[in-house]
Amino acid sequence: MSLLVIDNLQVNYGAIKALRGISLKVEPGQIVTLIGSNGAGKSTTLRAISGLVKPASGSILFEGKPIGGAAPHKIVRLGISQAPEGRGIFANLTVAENLALGAFQRRDAGVEADREKALGLFPRLRERFQQNAGTLSGGEQQMLAIARALMARPRLLLLDEPSLGLAPQVTQTIFRIIRDINASGTTILLVEQNANMALDVAHHAYVLEVGEIVLSDAAAKLAQSDEVRKHYLGVG
Amino acid sequence: MSSFLQTLIDGVTVGGLYALIALGYTMVYGILKFINFAHSDIFTLGAWMTLTIAGWLGVQAGGGATGPAAWYVGVGVLVLTMVFVGVVGFVIERLAYRPLRQAPKLNVLITAIGVSLFLQNFGQLKFIFGTDPAPTPLLLPGVTLFSVGGVSIQLVDVAVIGTSLVLMLGMEVLIFRTRMGSAMRAVSFSTRNASLMGINVDKVISFTFVIGAMLAAAAGFLYTLKYPGQLKQTADGMWVMLGLKAFVAAVVGGIGNVRGAVLGGLLIGLIEYLSVAYLKSEYRDAYVFAILILVLLFRPEGILGRATVEKV
Ligand SMILES: Nc1ncnc2c1ncn2[C@@H]1O[C@H](COP(=O)(O)OP(=O)(O)OP(=O)(O)O)[C@@H](O)[C@H]1O
Ligand SMILES: [Mg+2]
Repeated sequence: MSLLVIDNLQVNYGAIKALRGISLKVEPGQIVTLIGSNGAGKSTTLRAISGLVKPASGSILFEGKPIGGAAPHKIVRLGISQAPEGRGIFANLTVAENLALGAFQRRDAGVEADREKALGLFPRLRERFQQNAGTLSGGEQQMLAIARALMARPRLLLLDEPSLGLAPQVTQTIFRIIRDINASGTTILLVEQNANMALDVAHHAYVLEVGEIVLSDAAAKLAQSDEVRKHYLGVG
Repeated sequence: MSSFLQTLIDGVTVGGLYALIALGYTMVYGILKFINFAHSDIFTLGAWMTLTIAGWLGVQAGGGATGPAAWYVGVGVLVLTMVFVGVVGFVIERLAYRPLRQAPKLNVLITAIGVSLFLQNFGQLKFIFGTDPAPTPLLLPGVTLFSVGGVSIQLVDVAVIGTSLVLMLGMEVLIFRTRMGSAMRAVSFSTRNASLMGINVDKVISFTFVIGAMLAAAAGFLYTLKYPGQLKQTADGMWVMLGLKAFVAAVVGGIGNVRGAVLGGLLIGLIEYLSVAYLKSEYRDAYVFAILILVLLFRPEGILGRATVEKV
């Protein structure tokens, strides 16, 4: 069974039709990427999954259960967490507090172990543990956003443009860690404008253009297609 | 010297009351970004419920024949008043503000004014508090504890300052040391991102209103201790003025900042009492608002506030 199934999803912002009926699937254990240019509706898709915007129509199934329209905090409880666009860290809180908030709804004994795991993935955060998150560099903030999302122990991790505004080297690091996270069993839906990196790391890919999915295939195959090479990889 | 000391004590006492009220303004502003105009009426309600609940518990006004109440009766009145007013705060948020979560800020502001007018006028109903002033209960004996520098330290001053202090320290712990507190700070930073953490934002907002109302209720209780005599009816302008000064305290300290509210409250209380003692006392309110104007001119974000750009 697919972990996530989106069927004919439409989302509007007032008169603006941001998603015009998209359908996609995320298989358990995979990294699925959603690429597309500015304003295509990538973030809107993740917002709809997280419950931040309500679908106008269509359905979102997670582990077979409909979650479309549920409140954001309930969706986290169901096992989906997000590192949002722009990182969304709480600059007025410390790194430690940000991480603790990631596990806000958890009451199990595994929180501490998960924090150690997250700090193992991002040793930089350990050095900055008691520092205000607002003082972190952009790359460190992105690491914090991902680590914090992991603290919810998600079965589906949503990442919205983790490479945004980062130096190539930092982007490399982040993508290596995304691979590690996936290798340890977390399914990931990755939104990116950096199609090169995204197609490299993902198993499956969707291309979104003005609210519609125009291409869908195995990531390796899409990376070879003329259209993607021309429009999104800047070659040919 | 002795009068200076007495002025300081009075300033700190009243400053503590302002601080307790200012905390409610500042917490609600921090989370919902609107000025809860009805908050001063919550304070008024606290004072009137103190009187009412003390009456239920058989405490006589002005001492009566029975003399002051036992200390545990006083504590009981405080706790019951805070609980009652906390419930009122919860209900107000639920009925008046929650339906407007997606509405423009101006609508919420106007609603707050509506709630304020409602509370003021509802309180005047015959079967509520009525339109006549009522005598405050004698919850503490009027004893002098000790003398310093020719000033006799009264039990009420110690009780008022002590209670404010305990509540303010409690807030400090709540906001900076507990899970709920970090949720409140997260919500106040970004509602949307807080919800992505699995925080039930509506619950945090309710909680904030309840806590703010309880602190204002405590201030109302302490007010009746500090100013025994006749309690003015709920629509009297004097309540609005007190609430306004507490609001000024919140702004001076940095609206949205809880430590700023405490600092602002103490500062405004001290400035008010020092200026009354050493300058023209008729202008006591004017001094407070002059401070507000100065702060808005030279440090608009308040003493402890951080400069932010208005979100559009
Ligand atoms: N809050 C909003 N109100 C109105 N329109 C919005 C809002 N958020 C997004 N939109 C519009 O919806 C469309 C999709 O936006 P979305 O943020 O999903 O794009 P995106 O693919 O994530 O783009 P980017 O790569 O720039 O992040 C755009 O046309 C955008 O202008
Ligand atoms: Mg986006």
